[in-house]
Amino acid sequence: MGEETGQGAAFLEVRNLTKKFGAFTALKDISLDVAEKEFICFLGPSGCGKTTFLRAIAGLDIHTSGAITQAGRDISNLPPSERDFGIVFQSYALFPNLTVKRNIAYGLENAKGQKDHIANRVDELLNLVGLPDQGDKYPAQLSGGQQQRIALARALATSPGLLLLDEPLSALDARVRSHLRHEIKILQEKLGVTTIMVTHDQEEALTMADRIVVMNQGTIEQVGTPLEIYREPATLFVADFVGEMNKIPGSAVSEDTVRIGEISLHCGSTKLVKGSKGTVTIRPEDIMVVSETSGVKSKNAIDVTISQLEFLGSFWRARLMNEKLGEAPLIADFSVDTVRRMSLEEGSAIKIGLPSHALRFFESNG
Amino acid sequence: MKKLLASMGLGAALVMGSGLLAGAGELTVYTAVEAEDLKKYAAKFNEDHPDIIIKWVRDSTGIVTAKLLAEKDNPQADVIWGLAGTSLLLMKSEGMLEAYAPAGVEKLDKKFVDTSTPPSWVGMDAWVAAVCYNTVEAKKAGLTPPTSWKDLLDPQYKGHVIMPNPNSSGTGFLDVSSWLQMFGEKGAWEYMDGLHANIARYTHSGSKPCKLAASGEIPIGISFAFRGAKSKAKGAPLEIIVPSEGVGWEMEATAIVAGTDNLADAKTLVDWSVTKKANEMYNTGYAVVAYPGVAKPVEHFPPNLLEKMIDNDFETAANNRKKILAEWQSRYDGKSEPKK
Amino acid sequence: MPFGFLRAMVEMSSATTLEAGKAQPEKLPKIRPKLGRDDWVMRAFILVIGLYLVITLALPLYAMLSKSFNTYAFDLSRYELQMDKGTGWGKTLSVQTLNEISGKYQAKDLKTSSDGRLSVVSMIEGFSFRSKTQYRLRNAQAGGAFLIGSERKIDTDWHEFTSNEFRRVVLKPVQSTGFDNFVQYFSNPSLFNSIFNSLFIAIVTTFITITLAFTFAYALARSRMRFKGLFKTIAMAPILVPSLLPGIALVYLFGNQGILKDLMGDQSIYGPIGIIAGSVFFTFPHAMIIIQTSLSISDARLYEASDVLGASKPKTFFTVTLPGARYGLISAGFVVFNLVITDFGLPKVIGGQFNVLAVDIYKQVIGQQNFEMGAVVSVVLLIPALLAFSVDRLVQKKQVALLSTRSVPYEPKPNRRFDTIMFSYAALVGAMIVGTLAICQYAALIKFWPYDLSLSLTNYDFDLMDGGGWGSFSNSIKLGFLVAIIGTVVVFLGAYMVEKAQGFSIGRGIFQFLAMLPMAIPGMVLGLAYIFFFNNPANPFNFIYGTLGIMVICTVTHFYTVSHLTALTALKQMDKEFESVSASLKQPVYKLFSRVTVPVCLPAILDISIYLFVNAMTTVSALIFLYSPDTTLASVAMLNMDDAGDIAPAAAMGMMIFYVNSLARLLHHFASKGLYAKTQAWRKR
Repeated sequence: MGEETGQGAAFLEVRNLTKKFGAFTALKDISLDVAEKEFICFLGPSGCGKTTFLRAIAGLDIHTSGAITQAGRDISNLPPSERDFGIVFQSYALFPNLTVKRNIAYGLENAKGQKDHIANRVDELLNLVGLPDQGDKYPAQLSGGQQQRIALARALATSPGLLLLDEPLSALDARVRSHLRHEIKILQEKLGVTTIMVTHDQEEALTMADRIVVMNQGTIEQVGTPLEIYREPATLFVADFVGEMNKIPGSAVSEDTVRIGEISLHCGSTKLVKGSKGTVTIRPEDIMVVSETSGVKSKNAIDVTISQLEFLGSFWRARLMNEKLGEAPLIADFSVDTVRRMSLEEGSAIKIGLPSHALRFFESNG
Repeated sequence: MKKLLASMGLGAALVMGSGLLAGAGELTVYTAVEAEDLKKYAAKFNEDHPDIIIKWVRDSTGIVTAKLLAEKDNPQADVIWGLAGTSLLLMKSEGMLEAYAPAGVEKLDKKFVDTSTPPSWVGMDAWVAAVCYNTVEAKKAGLTPPTSWKDLLDPQYKGHVIMPNPNSSGTGFLDVSSWLQMFGEKGAWEYMDGLHANIARYTHSGSKPCKLAASGEIPIGISFAFRGAKSKAKGAPLEIIVPSEGVGWEMEATAIVAGTDNLADAKTLVDWSVTKKANEMYNTGYAVVAYPGVAKPVEHFPPNLLEKMIDNDFETAANNRKKILAEWQSRYDGKSEPKK
Repeated sequence: MPFGFLRAMVEMSSATTLEAGKAQPEKLPKIRPKLGRDDWVMRAFILVIGLYLVITLALPLYAMLSKSFNTYAFDLSRYELQMDKGTGWGKTLSVQTLNEISGKYQAKDLKTSSDGRLSVVSMIEGFSFRSKTQYRLRNAQAGGAFLIGSERKIDTDWHEFTSNEFRRVVLKPVQSTGFDNFVQYFSNPSLFNSIFNSLFIAIVTTFITITLAFTFAYALARSRMRFKGLFKTIAMAPILVPSLLPGIALVYLFGNQGILKDLMGDQSIYGPIGIIAGSVFFTFPHAMIIIQTSLSISDARLYEASDVLGASKPKTFFTVTLPGARYGLISAGFVVFNLVITDFGLPKVIGGQFNVLAVDIYKQVIGQQNFEMGAVVSVVLLIPALLAFSVDRLVQKKQVALLSTRSVPYEPKPNRRFDTIMFSYAALVGAMIVGTLAICQYAALIKFWPYDLSLSLTNYDFDLMDGGGWGSFSNSIKLGFLVAIIGTVVVFLGAYMVEKAQGFSIGRGIFQFLAMLPMAIPGMVLGLAYIFFFNNPANPFNFIYGTLGIMVICTVTHFYTVSHLTALTALKQMDKEFESVSASLKQPVYKLFSRVTVPVCLPAILDISIYLFVNAMTTVSALIFLYSPDTTLASVAMLNMDDAGDIAPAAAMGMMIFYVNSLARLLHHFASKGLYAKTQAWRKR
């Protein structure tokens, strides 16, 4: 669905956004469109500028130049209070001296709403986040996950047009995190609120986002659906940052052939620049074991030795050596079934195939 | 700016009270008269002039003087009533006093009236230097009572004498200035060199040496007779010694502050301050008052005190004050410092 | 083709993305953030409170500084003289010419202070007051002045004198600007020796206090001795009394009539020994609390490691304990140093002839009315205080960093011998503190020390003493409340604005600097600066001079820094995103402030107010220059009574201050507890 939502009239338009902190440029000329009801994740390592980007959208740290338009209104220079968004922080930022109910009601109180109306809305929100009985407690009496749900309820109380989530799950432990991931996603779809979430956790981004914006050093590396980001990384950075990846120095020997060490491999692309140097990549799970008996064949078959075999629960991770490939081992993930069937073990000599559609070549810069 | 002023003033305005600038019927009077006498002074004055309220600003001589000088360009006081003559001479030389001859000033002893016409200030009474001698402590230390200033140079008194620092005490200055007048410049400094060797320490205030002697903290305190008489009356084992060479003295005086916005009332007060009635009132604490024939003996005052008062030259003292103090400071201040 | 075959795919997914660095558009205009209502409110508050600090701190200090450069010298060219030796008036001579002829004064001799006087006849060669020569003198231009006796002449008329009369004529100096006062200061040993005296006292006290306080804090933190709470309470008691109270106690203990006089041998308590002993007393709690904090944050794991490695106790102490507490020790050291070097009350009471800078200011201003020299000494005193302050700030920053690292608190294990030693030490220190207070209370109740030891309340008859009587006591309480209330509001608002306002960083930086500055300004200097600044008729704030208002402002400013830091610490502990959340919910900042910030910070707010109250009750230094007859204060009355020799009443007043402060502390304790129960329910889990 991601491809389509990017088109059409954008709900949030960012044009040529630059943010400088003194001499340091935190965001470099960024542009992005977000469609209504879309769930966008800003993904990147710490310091990449993703939080700065989010805070610029919120008006908390107003950008240096460029324009932001929300629902057709230029909000570039507006203070947060004149924009239309709800926000949830990693720290939850719940008011510790107010009960859960009063935290949620905080944003409703000046809307001249009757008390009953506010109370109903608060109950509604408490139900929405699945904590109907916790309204009279203080935040400190709740678990981290519960607190984050309250923070979410508070941010949604005024029905904002845009929901901003700043690493909302990273303070939680793994179990709660994956559970809440799911719930937030369901909630977002139910309410249809346009959402931007900042995260450094690729798994979170891949599971939750409609589209992911991968950022690095103040620029956008790639925008795409989770599948696109994973399958077709636009840059070596994205390839490396999202998921596991083998990176082997190599060169292009023809339009569709790359060379690693002494081995030439056929590559899906036909647009390689002959003679250019760069990096050849392949994901570990794309490496196959080739054998006559199984009938699996490959154009790019190589003989390797398993130097190490590591059990990781749902699969085995193997380190494969072949001096012709260079000194670094090739990492491959084999299914439990494959390993048992072919009775693979450390020291086994096997033949593997590197499917040409899974091989990518990234030319070095300069 | 308005907002700023409002917020700035808020705290002050809340607590301002009536402020210091006295209105009609109210006089701000700066004084160094002992706290316990002030109520009496105001009450007596109000017997004759019940419509004028006195707002006292009382402090030690040094502080009142400093305050008046600090406020030179913006005087807060209407009248000065009961401040050292030396201080008033200083005010006069700064042009801070309103010249005015109070009704009946001619009846006062000439010594107590400013020589200018009309006079800038009139004296009230005099306080006289004396030595407070604690008989109990002296006996313990095996001392014999001194009878003259020169006696105090005797090594037996080493570490047993306290006097006020002339740099911070008017009493201290009148001692130094009387020695200069009696012994001549050279003789006086030689005398003080010798005395300095016996001095335990110099105090900031003039009454403290006598109070310290009264409490036995030190056997001999160079102070003034009035303080000694009071402590003696309280039961301190004191003897008040009047050194035979003569003693310095200082007067308390009254003046109108130039620029007062309540000149009429100020004149009324100063007129009253030279009356016989006022002088009788001064006499309760001071053996010597400006109005001749009024003074009755004060309890515990040494009988020969009046004869021993030197013929004090206030003007010279005032005009040389800075020089004298600087000299004194360079010789004696910082007693614990080893002499170079 | 930089991206090879991937280009196509990228183009597909980045249809909405404009490539960075490609087709760079023309330079875009800078966004000027629109300020919301809250931004305006906060900036307005920063400005108001910033201006408050400018007016109550920066400008007075500037006034004082410029005062120190006001110099006075005799300008001989301003006077003209004629002589008549029986042959009629001779030609008109400038007095300057006269001086050149006689060669009496060099230029340096003509420098003086505001009250300088110069005799004219001293410049006339062969002058005799018996001579028949007549003189006449006039100001060559308006603005000059000379005195005939004490009469001031500022006109330009000729004034005639006989030789005898002419002796009475002295010249007055004119004012200019320059470094002369400083030159004079540093060329006068009896003045600049005070610098060494002050440094000596401060350094020696610092070492003694730190040693004693460290041992005490160590006993509290590292032993299992009993009555820790009681000992800590006692150790904090000196904070509740003016610094001159220990001085009075020392007089009763070690003075010539002191009950322990024999312990002193030949030494006198009046002087460095007394100042140091008293300073140790009043700085002890300050040092103890800082060191205790630094000891309590040290990491138990280091001790375990040291144990496992088989290190001996002393080795552990020197390799783990001391280094861990080093920032606390250094910080406490500088705090003590600063307290001692700026203290005025104690050296005034017990210093004897040992001159220190703070007392010199007093002597110059009050004793000699030499305001300019007072300002010079103030500037001199500022230097060590500023230095100590800066170093302390540097060290504090590191300590904070240390605090924020995670560590495991140390739990002392019982050790009978060690605990007994520590208990004995703490008991000894406790006994000394209690004893000091007790001797003051005892002396206050004695009729006439040492001759009539019967008990009596005559020393409480304050109305018969110098200093303002019982009125000063109630004034002090009034001042305490006003300072606590107004000060807390100003300080907390200021800290909130500086911490939470967006942008406006220069304004906030200046504000922060001004807020930190008061700690480095000795009270004497501040008080003097206030005279110079507020007692100027041209100053629109002149009206507060002489009121309780100026004393409230001065005290709030004097104790601003610690209060500000307390408020900042509390505010920093609050989630920094509260403001963002509140703004996103379109709520005004004052709602967040009143509904969340103030309730959450209430413990800190109470701490600030009690700190201000206690200090308003005990401070002397700044207010000695500012009180008026309606606004005498208990602490100042104490000083004045002692000054007049009424030592027992001074002790009585000191103990009254102690009781009020103890009561305030107690009330604060219960109020905190009550409020805690009521408004801090959320803290309970």
